[in-house]
Amino acid sequence: MTSAQIIFIIVAFFTLGSGVMVVGTGNLIHAALWLVSTLFGVAVMYALLNANFLAVIQVVVYIGAIAILFIFAVMLTRKEIRDQGPQLNKGWWLSALLAVLVFSGLAAMLWGWEGMSRTAAEFPSGFDSMSELGTALISPNAYVLPFEVASVLLLAALIGAVYIAFNRK
Amino acid sequence: MVPLSWYLIFSAALFSVGLFGVLARRNAVAILLGVELMLNAVNVNLAAFWRYLDPVKMGGQVFAVIVFAVAAAEVAVGLALVISVYRQRNTVVADEIDMLKW
Repeated sequence: MTSAQIIFIIVAFFTLGSGVMVVGTGNLIHAALWLVSTLFGVAVMYALLNANFLAVIQVVVYIGAIAILFIFAVMLTRKEIRDQGPQLNKGWWLSALLAVLVFSGLAAMLWGWEGMSRTAAEFPSGFDSMSELGTALISPNAYVLPFEVASVLLLAALIGAVYIAFNRK
Repeated sequence: MVPLSWYLIFSAALFSVGLFGVLARRNAVAILLGVELMLNAVNVNLAAFWRYLDPVKMGGQVFAVIVFAVAAAEVAVGLALVISVYRQRNTVVADEIDMLKW
């Protein structure tokens, strides 16, 4: 077993454990903090995959913005932080069954696929994935249209969020 | 070197954990937390396929960046809705937000 595999296993168990705590803990502030540690584990996964830009964006956008937004929302709905009564609804075992079924279905489907044990392709010499990503995002031959649509979507979401949360007196 | 299967199994497990959170939690903010877990699992998949199948084509990473943007938009609108509902109805429990139910 190589060092990369050992690091992967440690990070995977850390991330999955934090994910289980996110859905399992009753206190929502704690759930949001566990989400931060899950997101950090996923950022390490990106780093292991040589996706440097994604790892940085994961920390900046997800941990820096989205997780903090969650903590704000929990504080603004403060009365319900420790929900009276159970945190899970009555059919929770059905949800657990469905989640286990989805996981085993995905695992079984992946098992029959011949690309499973594939190892990572080598980068060509002098290949800079970050500048390639930047070029791909703004090149008319590649992904400039989805990029622009995403920016319009973000603007629409911004205006929509302000409109919905605005307190009309 | 880590085989591709480990990443795929890991992201399938993370997706299932998020799915359980979305289906089973009563608090609307907790449901959104579960959605974030599912989106992250999908992103790990995209990055793994980019790395293992053809790292010269940037499609996987571009797709992951767009998923980031969509996740940010989803969280902003979702939390605005939760806060708005909390102001109107004084609850964030999903079962009690049933104005559209017959």
